[in-house]
Amino acid sequence: MSELISIPTLAEMTAKNETPDILFWVGCAGSFDDRAKKITKAFARLLMRAEIKFAVLGAEESCSGDPARRAGNEFLYQMQALANIETLNTYKVQRIVTTCPHCFNTLKNEYPELGGKYEVFHHTQFLKTLLEEGKLKVEGGAFKGKRVVFHDPCYLGRMNGEYEAPRKVLSALESELIEMKRCKQKGLCCGAGGSQMFKEPEKGVIDINLERSKEALASDPQIIATGCPFCNTMISDGVKHFNQEGKVQVLDIAEAISQADDL
Amino acid sequence: MIQQIVFATLFFIGGTIFTLKILRLRKGLAMARPSNRNDQKAKRWKVMTRVALGQGKMGTRPLAAFFHLIVYVGFVIINLEVIEILLDGLLGTHRILKNPLGSFYNPIMSIFEWLGVAVIIACVAFLFRRWFGTIPRLKHKELVGWPQRDAHIILYTEIVLMVALLIMNAAEEASLKNSAPFFFSNILAQGLTGISPENLYAIEKTAWWVHFIGILAFLNYLPYSKHFHIILAFPNTWYSKLTKRGAISPMAAVTNEIKAMMDTSFVPDISNNPKHFGAKDISDLHFANLLNAYTCTECGRCTDECPANQTGKLLSPRKIMISTRNRVEELIKNPENELYLLDNHITREELWACTTCNACVEACPLNIDPLDIIIQMRQYLVMEESSAPQSINAMNTNIENNGAPWAYSQADRGIWIKEE
Repeated sequence: MSELISIPTLAEMTAKNETPDILFWVGCAGSFDDRAKKITKAFARLLMRAEIKFAVLGAEESCSGDPARRAGNEFLYQMQALANIETLNTYKVQRIVTTCPHCFNTLKNEYPELGGKYEVFHHTQFLKTLLEEGKLKVEGGAFKGKRVVFHDPCYLGRMNGEYEAPRKVLSALESELIEMKRCKQKGLCCGAGGSQMFKEPEKGVIDINLERSKEALASDPQIIATGCPFCNTMISDGVKHFNQEGKVQVLDIAEAISQADDL
Repeated sequence: MIQQIVFATLFFIGGTIFTLKILRLRKGLAMARPSNRNDQKAKRWKVMTRVALGQGKMGTRPLAAFFHLIVYVGFVIINLEVIEILLDGLLGTHRILKNPLGSFYNPIMSIFEWLGVAVIIACVAFLFRRWFGTIPRLKHKELVGWPQRDAHIILYTEIVLMVALLIMNAAEEASLKNSAPFFFSNILAQGLTGISPENLYAIEKTAWWVHFIGILAFLNYLPYSKHFHIILAFPNTWYSKLTKRGAISPMAAVTNEIKAMMDTSFVPDISNNPKHFGAKDISDLHFANLLNAYTCTECGRCTDECPANQTGKLLSPRKIMISTRNRVEELIKNPENELYLLDNHITREELWACTTCNACVEACPLNIDPLDIIIQMRQYLVMEESSAPQSINAMNTNIENNGAPWAYSQADRGIWIKEE
């Protein structure tokens, strides 16, 4: 799990006159947040394992602009978007995969209007294809028979209608997939979206992440699976709040697959 | 003859007042920017047919959907009888369609009666739900006062209209001794035995007039009421957002400004620029936002699914719509007042509590989009007033300086590759 991994940047690859099959858009959380970096690495390992020729932008990547835009700063969003689009178009990037549903939504749905047209995948969609094509093989391993509950990220589910891919990938683990009452279209937000991640919540009776974590814990899971680094943080905090971190693991789907594979 | 004149006069007055109300509404909606949503007509017809006509988004709450469907179908079909009422009233005839429709007439009237009774049952069920139910979305504080009174008036009126229809048939039945074999009025007619033919005739006529005047009154009540959705549902779904669900529509004025900044030779067309960024008041919103507000039937499915509201925050997407409508009304009544939508109707605390999770938009049976208004008002706060919460300002500064919402250097983005 902890050996060094070697991942080329797009600049390095281009210097060697090579082009990647796909660009891995890491995102801010995936680049800087210690917890989210584990998700990044897990997914990178899966890509290597599936022998996908991929690259990252490294220092040339910048915030997609999603949190600025949702906070009302359209100017900053467009500055970010136009700069990123220039980078991506200079490298003639065509396919992008990302572990962050917010980057996914912005790159997929919002960049086209500013001239950035790419085929964009969320990592659970990409993993689903890899499993279906047999490029990645997973046996349940440590997860066999475990109770797993999946929390739908809003920007993957409601915003992009993708409810199936994460569940399909999870089903490869041969675990017992359980659903919360508020799932899919009615999935309750973790509380991080709309730039809430970066501010204190407004006055209320309970924090949204605690409400959601409470609901997830009530389904008595051994693992709470997510597909978003921000959901992961919010729900991990909730699980800690209820002193359940010893009993319940919060994992990204990429981590679960990667651990099952014992990579 | 006098009756005909009275009828025609009432019909004319009712129609005129309603027309004036619609013109008044148009004036109100014209305060907004255009929505530019007349493209993709085939798709718009489809959405309107599925969502408004076909009640396509109601089914997530099956019991409510079932009762609502009864009232909806009942309302549409029974109102076909209004055609006959109008003809009879204007021409001084009685059941003018009976001969032309021949043997179809009685079955049709019979169906109307069945539906009428079903509508009464559904309305009573809805009333019971409001009186004795514990459904949180019907008890919220934003409904106290007019919205709750409005809801009750609508249900009472519908019951009165249907009862009038049944009594009218029953009185006629009783005087003609079962010549018209309608199931429910037959039963009611038995309660009217012993009443003189003159009085039966009076009862029948009274019920007929109550039904007619009731419909006219109800029609003119609509523009004040959440019940306006029975008409506005159609244009509202026509003006649905058809772009990607997850995408906020880009602000062209901002794109122009950035392009001009990056390329000094670029001269943007600023003729269409809004007077400022984002929304402080009604004139900053776009047409569909206001139509949304008038279409909202205050069912509260949005608020019921809102994570902020469910955890006790001040934000309620339904209240965003009610506030917007109230503000339009305020401006129609007094265009020169010194209030705004922002702060006077919708507070900053509400706006900043939103997680942009889209649950409210998903939940609305009529494709109303409270999130669109929230985002536009945040845009005003940030881009015109620079008055976001401090932590949001810090986040924006970080993104601006180092390309991430946290204060990490962009040069370090690839560091995770080298870490264990």
